[in-house]
Amino acid sequence: MIDTNKTTAAIVARCQELFDDLEFGSAREWKEAGPNRRVVAYMPIYVPRELIHAAGMLPLGILGGGENLEVIHGDAYYQSYICRIPRSTLELGVTGRLDFVDGFLFPSICDVIRNLSGIWKLLFPKVYVRYFDVPQNFDDEIGGRYYVQELTELREGLERLGGVRVTDEALRASTALYNENRRLIRELYAVRAEAPWLAPTSEVYLLLRAGMVLPVEEHSQLLRDYLAAVRAAPRPRRDNCRVVLNGVFCEQPPLNLIKAIEMSGCYVVDDDFTLVNRWLLDDVPLAGDPLRNLASAFLHRSAETSAKYQPDEAKKGKFLVDSVRSNGAEGVIFAAPSFCDPALLDRPMLESALDRVDVPHIGFKYAENSAQMQPVREQAGTFADSIKLWSAP
Amino acid sequence: MTVKIPTPSAPPSPHEAVKEASMLKQKEMIARNYELLTGTAENGRKVVSTFVPGNLNELVMCFDMLNNLPEINAIQNGMKKLSGGYIEEAEKRGHSEDVCTYVKADLGMMAKGNLAPNGKPLPRPDLLLLSYTGCFTFMKWFELLREQYKCPTVMLHVPYQGDGHATQNMRDYIVKQLKDEVIPALERASGVKFDIDRLREYLRESARAEDDLVRVLESAKRKPSPIDAYFGGVFYIGPIFTAFRGTPDATEYYRLLRAEVDERVRRGLGPVTPEGDMKSQRYRLVVEGPPNWTSFREFWKMFYDEGAVVVASSYTKVGGLYDRGFRHDPDHPLESLADYCLGVYTNHNLPQRVALLEQYMREYEADGLLINSIKSCNSFSAGQLMIMREIEKRTGKPGAFIETDLVDPRYFSAANVKNRLESYFQMIDQKRQTATAA
Ligand code: SF4
Ligand code: SF4
Repeated sequence: MIDTNKTTAAIVARCQELFDDLEFGSAREWKEAGPNRRVVAYMPIYVPRELIHAAGMLPLGILGGGENLEVIHGDAYYQSYICRIPRSTLELGVTGRLDFVDGFLFPSICDVIRNLSGIWKLLFPKVYVRYFDVPQNFDDEIGGRYYVQELTELREGLERLGGVRVTDEALRASTALYNENRRLIRELYAVRAEAPWLAPTSEVYLLLRAGMVLPVEEHSQLLRDYLAAVRAAPRPRRDNCRVVLNGVFCEQPPLNLIKAIEMSGCYVVDDDFTLVNRWLLDDVPLAGDPLRNLASAFLHRSAETSAKYQPDEAKKGKFLVDSVRSNGAEGVIFAAPSFCDPALLDRPMLESALDRVDVPHIGFKYAENSAQMQPVREQAGTFADSIKLWSAP
Repeated sequence: MTVKIPTPSAPPSPHEAVKEASMLKQKEMIARNYELLTGTAENGRKVVSTFVPGNLNELVMCFDMLNNLPEINAIQNGMKKLSGGYIEEAEKRGHSEDVCTYVKADLGMMAKGNLAPNGKPLPRPDLLLLSYTGCFTFMKWFELLREQYKCPTVMLHVPYQGDGHATQNMRDYIVKQLKDEVIPALERASGVKFDIDRLREYLRESARAEDDLVRVLESAKRKPSPIDAYFGGVFYIGPIFTAFRGTPDATEYYRLLRAEVDERVRRGLGPVTPEGDMKSQRYRLVVEGPPNWTSFREFWKMFYDEGAVVVASSYTKVGGLYDRGFRHDPDHPLESLADYCLGVYTNHNLPQRVALLEQYMREYEADGLLINSIKSCNSFSAGQLMIMREIEKRTGKPGAFIETDLVDPRYFSAANVKNRLESYFQMIDQKRQTATAA
């Protein structure tokens, strides 16, 4: 008998509910469910959530306020030529929607998020705020050593925040849980790349977003259920082209934009949404020093994106070309938030890498609250048509 | 070249000549450097390109290499009104209108022949030294340059002072990068072996000039201020922030400058402006943010015409907070370079920046804080409205916010800026009147 809670539609509806909830009800409930529970928020791209989990805390991904949040106060903090995610995040903060958050990590992705860490310190002095700097040097003895110490400081900070000890044992157990979560997400991506009609990106995206707010154990279960559900309920295949979506690693596009791309005839077979979910490319070893293992995974086996330096010129953009090839994509859609230096400065280099191997691409900009989808539909539709035309025998 | 140096027996009108002494000296230094840079085919010198904040000039000199700073080229092009065309060229080639215009001015300049201010082409760098300090865009900028030049590139990653201080871990990380990556890369590019004693010598020289610079900057605490710490300040920091720190030339420049400023103090004079000595000083301002370069003179005039003098600025600290005590230290050469990189203004977190500006407001007895918010520069600009609120709250003095760009003339609206400034000065007047009435 089919468990109606575990159909694709039910799972997606649950994820949609979590996605729409700008009060973060599920995280609040988690916090209230036990004494001394702490919630530690983080922004894109990557923080080692294992550490937060091992401290008995809930990691909470904040990716801005999305298309439905009315930004009233946030605009008073930012000039018009700065992207929207910091202002909507501040809006969440100053309107009390994040008043249950005990700590907030701001990763080193760009100067906007970097400076937001300072604003948060000034506005919310009771919150444990940490700018999480990661190495741009990938030698174990240089960047590795630095990073292990940064992780140690983060661990100590969390210990102080929670009045707990984060033991190596707990860290190994948390790493195992996140390994499993990442495995499931890799599986989900593989299923989508294999048969994108089974797992549309608008659904995959909502599942990823659920991982921002749910405890990892629950999220992994949701992923398992979704994978089982899509395999059990075949969906019709369309004559869509296959594209990789790039540039959506920080400020998020509206859900409607993802739907518009799909509706215009494109199957998204890879993307850089919520990279924190897939940042570490394979399982982090459990034996040995857990911080060193996390550091080593970061240095040698982590995703590539604009915020990370590529020391080897010959490899610039290779990850994207590889993704196109391994996922059987026929083109790339660059979508970047307006005023996003990291995405927009990287784009010409990625475009050159694609041009060298004749992969077609288009690009546009968005804001998390963009409402007009017609231009996107037209652009993506024309792109899909032209790909089909080129690939016609 | 003869340069008149002021002596007490050399009045009555020494200050024009005095002004010229340091200005001529600087002009000559810059011209000579560009001649060297554009003459590498003949002089055989190797070239390293690197960024201004936290630059390692003394280290570069240890390898007999020349230092080419793309931001300075962009500024030169901005002042010569060439940058607008370069930016358009870069945008035509696919660069977004949204991103930092320094990058586009540089890439556009390359596309159009890469001509230095002396009209001769700049050389290809032998090494890109990506000193990643205080600005994310630097990383992309040099990845873009590397794509064009296909030359060796070495990264020096300087962590940000997220918690408001540098840690030992940060220092160790930088020193290790210097030892294991940067120095070997410079050795390879130059063929010169590293000699730490040579570095010590240069650092000693730097510290001498740094003492004099601080004396000059702090002269603005006087009333009237003998300098403008923003419009004049950007010239004063030129040598020490760029390819001259650690050279006897820079030491000499600051000795001259200091003598000139001391002389102005003695004579009770205000700053020198393009239209002569500034007479009345009605408003004392602290300025946050870089200036606009494409209409620099026009911008400055809006201040001195109204009797507004800038007594302290944050932009003149992007190459180091010498006025807060930092000195290059020959006894701890690599550690001192690490501290230097860590300590530049844009590597300070927002609460530190607020605290510094607040101190400036008080120490320099300023009437207000003016923020020139630069469209290009997220490193400076993201958070400036918060900075303004905090300063207003903490000091009770009014703040003002104007928006321009560094080198993109499309974003300098003279009428808007002028209006904004005029109403700001009126606001300061009103505040004063209310204070007097109370
Ligand atoms: S959208 Fe881009 S510029 Fe804005 S905070 Fe994110 S990475 Fe930075
Ligand atoms: S973003 Fe600012 S600091 Fe960075 S290169 Fe541009 S102007 Fe300079």
